Amino acid sequence: MSIIKMLDGFSSENLMKKKSSRREMFNTLGSFGKKAAAAAVPFGLATNKAKAAAFFQEGTSPVEALQFALLLERLENQFYLMALESGVLDGRPARAEQVFMDISAHESAHVDFLVANLTDAGVDVSAEPTFDFTAGGTFDPFNTNGNADASYAQLLALAQAFEDTGVRAYKGQAPNLMNTPYLEPALQIHSVEARHASAIRRIRGTQGWITGNGDNAMAPNVQAAMDAYEMVYAGEGVTTQGGVDLTTLDYSGPSGNDAIVGDMTEAITQAFDEPLGMEDVNMIASLFIAADDSEDSDN
Amino acid sequence: MKKPVVKVDFVDESPKNGKFKSRRRFIKLGGLAFAGSSFLMYSCSEDDDFNPAGEGPDPEPEPEEPEEPEEPEEPAAFDLGSGDVGILNYAFALEQLEAAFYGAVRGGSYYSGAPDNEKAVIDALYNHEVIHREFFRTAITAAVGDGNEDMVLPDLEFNLDSVDLSSRQEVLETALLLENTGVGAYNGAGDRLETTDYLVIAGKIVSVEARHAAAVYELLNPDSGIAAEETIDENGLDDANDPSTVIEAAGGFITTEFTATQLPEPMTS
Repeated sequence: MSIIKMLDGFSSENLMKKKSSRREMFNTLGSFGKKAAAAAVPFGLATNKAKAAAFFQEGTSPVEALQFALLLERLENQFYLMALESGVLDGRPARAEQVFMDISAHESAHVDFLVANLTDAGVDVSAEPTFDFTAGGTFDPFNTNGNADASYAQLLALAQAFEDTGVRAYKGQAPNLMNTPYLEPALQIHSVEARHASAIRRIRGTQGWITGNGDNAMAPNVQAAMDAYEMVYAGEGVTTQGGVDLTTLDYSGPSGNDAIVGDMTEAITQAFDEPLGMEDVNMIASLFIAADDSEDSDN
Repeated sequence: MKKPVVKVDFVDESPKNGKFKSRRRFIKLGGLAFAGSSFLMYSCSEDDDFNPAGEGPDPEPEPEEPEEPEEPEEPAAFDLGSGDVGILNYAFALEQLEAAFYGAVRGGSYYSGAPDNEKAVIDALYNHEVIHREFFRTAITAAVGDGNEDMVLPDLEFNLDSVDLSSRQEVLETALLLENTGVGAYNGAGDRLETTDYLVIAGKIVSVEARHAAAVYELLNPDSGIAAEETIDENGLDDANDPSTVIEAAGGFITTEFTATQLPEPMTS
């Protein structure tokens, strides 16, 4: 708890303003302005270093979890920056660009937050890999090939996959952060990713929550994309939680009048999001890491 | 002030709460469909005498007074309990409230006249919260073990009179409030859980609540982005609220007296 209060003390009121004008910054700075922009947003987190360092010496698992989270945040951050620079959102519903700008600001803040916490704990932050959001030429989300509609569709489809994967990844790492000051902020990031996922999904015209194994996830009609979606949503369709088979419960409730509307199994799968382990998430992320750079992701 | 469009007043079948059915006075705060709590007592470490309105018909004893033995003729209010069970009961209370709210909304005139896409959102949220509620009822009953069923939070009664169920704005604002309250509650409770499995299950639920919040936010603000500037700070972190804050926010809708005097502290060394 205390880490949040301490971090709050270092938050700058101007930070969101700076972040909201991020797009203009990039138009000025050019396509590789990300690092410069990060430097332009001072984010000193003079947390309780002694405590954090002491903690990190006790085990490596939480560090691995945070490094892993950082990889995903960097992937998302880079994706949204490139998306906003690409112009693919021009002429699309205003809400889409607004959502991308908000998400971009959040992902950038998440990267800064994780880097600062790892650094303050005395951990060497792993190098940022080079991302390839075409996945080796499979996708063209930033419209380098001149098909604007297809690029827009792919941009949204990838955003959804990244957000839903992010939700699953943080959920999967929560146990590794138990009894550490990093569990709570990780949960606080986790729910923001879920807000993102819901917003993106609704822009695409589907529900904000996941039905079955991504039955409502609207995979793009490309085999490689369908395969990727299968990985992203594998296991989401479970109907047993904590040993309780939810299909057998009585939902009538205290009034006796409650009843699930529509398909009960679908509703049950929607009501719980499932975690995804580091290995599975890394497989998904590796699709978007340039081949000659993929080793960095394992640090 | 009061617009009793619909009354959510469950028959409480639990004999334990038979004496706590009296209606309490509700107040409407700042135009928000929201009532002040005068009957919930929350006590953790720092807020030993949390009692925001403190004007209920049964005022607490003076804080200065030493512990008094309970008067035998007055059964104690249900206490959420300690440890993981306490946190699970706390979540169960919130899910009961959300399920009751959406059940009431579905019986109101906003819903009946709403466009299909909004009805679909309300239906889904209702489904999910009812499922969460019954999951907790079953899971907590299993967790406390045979013979300890009295440790499971009983069915609460709610008074949602302060929400005009014919008003789209009031319904959706209240929904957003409840969903954001849920997100902040689960985020703030995660590090109070001892058992890994419960932490993961809480994580499975909180992200769905956050999905709800984003959907409702969009219905209210179709031209905005994610914003939710009320809940996401400059580090990109969502709310994480202590039980005292959450109970203060949600308690106004809950008419069944219960206490939260033994909830665990965060376990971050």
